[in-house]
Amino acid sequence: MELSTIAQQLVNGIQSGAIYALIAVGYTMVYGILRMINFAHGEVYMVGALVAWLGTSRDWYGVVSHSSTGGLVLLIATAMLVCMTLGVLIERLAYRPLRHAPRLIVLITAIGMSFLLQNLALILFGADPKTVPLTWRTVQLGGISVSLGQLVLLIASLSFMAGLQLLVKRTQFGRAMRAVSEDFQAAALMGVPYDRVIVGTFAIGAALAGAGGAMTAIFVGAPVTPTFGFMPGVKAFVSAVLGGIGNIPGAVLGGLLLGVIEALVGGHPTLSPFRDAIAFCLLIAVLLFRPAGLLGRAVQEKV
Amino acid sequence: MSETILEVRDLHVAYGAIQALKGVSLTVQRGEITTIIGANGAGKSTLLRAISALVRPTRGVIRYETSDITRLPPHRIVQMGIIHVPEGRRIFAEMSVYENLLLGAYSQWGRDLDERLERVFAIFPRLKERLNQRAGTLSGGEQQMLAIGRALMARPRLLMLDEPSLGLAPFLVREIFQIIRQINQQGVPILLVEQNAHMALEIAHRGYVLETGRMVLTDTAANLLRNPAVREAYLGG
Ligand SMILES: Nc1ncnc2c1ncn2[C@@H]1O[C@H](COP(=O)(O)OP(=O)(O)O)[C@@H](O)[C@H]1O
Ligand SMILES: [Mg+2]
Repeated sequence: MELSTIAQQLVNGIQSGAIYALIAVGYTMVYGILRMINFAHGEVYMVGALVAWLGTSRDWYGVVSHSSTGGLVLLIATAMLVCMTLGVLIERLAYRPLRHAPRLIVLITAIGMSFLLQNLALILFGADPKTVPLTWRTVQLGGISVSLGQLVLLIASLSFMAGLQLLVKRTQFGRAMRAVSEDFQAAALMGVPYDRVIVGTFAIGAALAGAGGAMTAIFVGAPVTPTFGFMPGVKAFVSAVLGGIGNIPGAVLGGLLLGVIEALVGGHPTLSPFRDAIAFCLLIAVLLFRPAGLLGRAVQEKV
Repeated sequence: MSETILEVRDLHVAYGAIQALKGVSLTVQRGEITTIIGANGAGKSTLLRAISALVRPTRGVIRYETSDITRLPPHRIVQMGIIHVPEGRRIFAEMSVYENLLLGAYSQWGRDLDERLERVFAIFPRLKERLNQRAGTLSGGEQQMLAIGRALMARPRLLMLDEPSLGLAPFLVREIFQIIRQINQQGVPILLVEQNAHMALEIAHRGYVLETGRMVLTDTAANLLRNPAVREAYLGG
């Protein structure tokens, strides 16, 4: 590969990695407090993208002028709000009744929830790919071409992740979340309302996934289908495991790493067909050689 | 005239097929230290965990001041001022000492936070020195101090301590018991669970003896110290 190709693929990789990271933090936060994998999380991302398409594909009486900055901010915020509500509903309706059920049952429920949301999207909006009718100017930086959309997406994702880090490290809610994740009974003895922290965690994770979906539809122009969330969901899950499941900075690192590796392989003339297999190879390698992930501590089961 | 602030009546708790408590009753009087002594596995921790709603009783009533708290969730019980320092300390090892103390104040978030911190530092100066250290790196004694300091951040109106002396060197045990007495003298009623029966009865006003899920004896601490059966079973003759 030529140097300029590598540089170009690096930029593309960081962009898709930022999206993986936005989804991955949701997996990892929920795992941190409940020790479960919320497999419906990729579908939340899909719903975020659908909201973006809905918002831009019609006029909405001029309320949302989607070509304006304010309009796009409003649209992404709406997607986040819708997804947040969805995340809360999923927790309340599907997972909370199973709080004391065996893990396998929760796992199967999560997969069922994922299919349910895919099929709901299929029934409501059909299977044809939907593209947000916006295009972004491309700028040349050295030999690399970057669309303004990509740039905005990258900056916004990084800001979201910085915001999340502040929330987790500096606020009372963030401390409560970490306390529940470390020892939920001790957290209860501090007066931390366990159920509220769980709902809040789902809400935050879903809002970030929703932002990721909306931004992918708006800034990358990726066509939205009912299975739009499946692959990114799986890859974000791999990112979370790669970084160390339960570890938020780990999820961000894992996402960026996976994005970059995929893009580099994808840019290689002979290796490119194997692009989508990378994630799975990485997953197997991590599980075999470093099950705690890159930033995770040695895995400890909670009693 | 003493006044009952906590009353447990006919409490039954089971873990699956294991009956851990089989009809336990107890009262805690305002201003006093009440201790529960008993062998390993008697059900002491289970009793405290039931009061804190970490386990659900199958039968019985728990009353705190004028309200029935038997069915309340744990965080509501903490809000009412019943603060439980669990067996094994259970500090948040990944967090700093400061963050542990802030979590202690979770149920009583308010303006006087700094004041409460200063009061904790006055009792445990070592915590102030280690404020930004990861709590998991503290020594056992320091962790117990943090666990108690964290509880004090919640402005306890009833403090429950589960084996605070467990695993500590003798001089530290004396220090911890000294501090428990000091906290009590500031007006906080205490429910103290201990295997170290001698030390516990020394500082307590009233004691209960728990044997395999049943209260077998209750009396003033002074009388229990003199009781031949208690001396035989728990005080080494
Ligand atoms: N989580 C649990 N699951 C099953 N049995 C338990 C559990 N916790 C305690 N027990 C049992 O309940 C009884 C009382 O235990 P515990 O309250 O811890 O006693 P103590 O604090 O007096 O040592 C013991 O027989 C113990 O084995
Ligand atoms: Mg015990």
